[in-house]
Amino acid sequence: MKLLTAVVKPFVLDEVREALQELGIAGMTVTEVRGYGRQKGHTEVYRGAEYAIDFITKYRLEILLDDDQVEGALRTVRETAHTGKIGDGKIWVTPVETVVRVRTGERGRDAL
Amino acid sequence: MVDTGSTAWLLGSAALVMLMTPGLALFYGGMVRARSVLNVMAMTFICLATVGLIWVIYGYSLAFGADWFGGLLGDLRLAGLRGVAQQTVGPAGTKVPLFAFVAFQMMFAVITVALLAGAIAERARFWTWTLFSVVWVTLVYLPVAHWVFAPDGWIATKLHLLDFAGGTVVEVNSGAAALALAIVLGRRHGWPKQAARPHNLPFVMFGAGLLWFGWFGFNAGSALAAKNLAATSFLNTTVAGAAAVLGWLLVEQFRDGKPTTLGAASGAVAGLVGITPGCAYVEPIGAIAIGAVAGVVCSFAVGLKYRYGFDDALDVVAVHGVGGFVGTLLIGVFATVSVDPQGVDGLLYGGGFDQLWRQAVGTFAVLGYSLVVTFLIGWVMHKFMGFRLDREAEIDGVDEAEHAEGAYELAVQSGRRGSAPAGALGSHRPAREETR
Repeated sequence: MKLLTAVVKPFVLDEVREALQELGIAGMTVTEVRGYGRQKGHTEVYRGAEYAIDFITKYRLEILLDDDQVEGALRTVRETAHTGKIGDGKIWVTPVETVVRVRTGERGRDAL
Repeated sequence: MVDTGSTAWLLGSAALVMLMTPGLALFYGGMVRARSVLNVMAMTFICLATVGLIWVIYGYSLAFGADWFGGLLGDLRLAGLRGVAQQTVGPAGTKVPLFAFVAFQMMFAVITVALLAGAIAERARFWTWTLFSVVWVTLVYLPVAHWVFAPDGWIATKLHLLDFAGGTVVEVNSGAAALALAIVLGRRHGWPKQAARPHNLPFVMFGAGLLWFGWFGFNAGSALAAKNLAATSFLNTTVAGAAAVLGWLLVEQFRDGKPTTLGAASGAVAGLVGITPGCAYVEPIGAIAIGAVAGVVCSFAVGLKYRYGFDDALDVVAVHGVGGFVGTLLIGVFATVSVDPQGVDGLLYGGGFDQLWRQAVGTFAVLGYSLVVTFLIGWVMHKFMGFRLDREAEIDGVDEAEHAEGAYELAVQSGRRGSAPAGALGSHRPAREETR
């Protein structure tokens, strides 16, 4: 099993969720996060005074997947979060030892 | 006999002006950081309580009572407003109840003091501020209101300065006092290096909208009658605000590259400030000119605090002080007797420089008095009571330090009620400790 983590622009969330649902992927966890990459921050001006905003708000999506779902999910997230502009985000996949469903105690693939 | 139409308009205007204070609380509240929003709102709101009471107890009497000596202050014969419920005021034919006028003027005093909160936002101690509001209205606002607004005040009778709705009494006065207070209290921790971004611009926009709405009462209500002059003031008020919004935004577009919502809100207030003294003396086209000048000048004036290093947190000096100064002076340029036969002709209408110097001298008198006396009041209170929060409290936020409150639930907290039975979950401690 794998954990797919994606940091994306906030406004793509709904599209990503709908596309993943079509693939039969059951859930995700979303967190509002701040950070910067190659995009760096941006500048805001209030009454003529400039403020450098170093960290930009993004959403971090965490999706638990069975091994055979990974490629499809990866492609779907990449396509739906893509705008072609700097700051579109990143996706990475990490191995997961096991997953337990809290309600029933099911483990592994059954718990997804 | 009272004129019922004028009475209705004046009471409505008093209510409109009252609404400006909570409007100002929103305007200011949105501009501070999330950890200080409640405090600046409380500092604004408390003026309704302190100044409102003072106004009845002795304020109205000292400002508008019969002159004591030389046009400097009213007497105390009207203190407590006892036995005068049946009296009327105003020009013959449009008399209104004395109490309608008292209520209307009360709201002016309230918002003038509340304006000062913006200069020292995010770092003042609440009870010191509350006491300050009492002392300041007594020693600064009441005399200045008497000088300009009372029929026997020296600026009105000797200098013949024109100020229809408070360009000197409210705007220049609060701007000068704001400068003095900002200097006495000193800069916020980290200013100007650390960013103090407005935490809620929708609040700012809504607050500015309420201020604009209330300003119709402020300016058009100052006609004290439902007549021509009120309509002129109403119209001039709104076009001046409109011109100033565009003026401020154009400056931003050319200087910073983007027109901002904060700029639109600030521009509106600057234009309304600018037209306040002259709203009944100029033609609508003059009001547009005054608004545009105020919008442009004030948007540049916000840079003054960075240049001179005084932390006027929410730009009271730049918007109210400078805006009021510009508007009061420009009466000497744009006023015309074709609008108000009791007014004058300014520079552009063949009046020469006569009114212009009167406006300038009167404005500097108010500015100087307010600056010096406010500085002394602030300094004494700072020295003997402490006007400034300590460093830790300021960094944690004034809301928590001064009110034990937080405006927003920013993170999941596990709080327990202070009244939970002792021993149920550990030892019983005071509520403040437990909600940390």
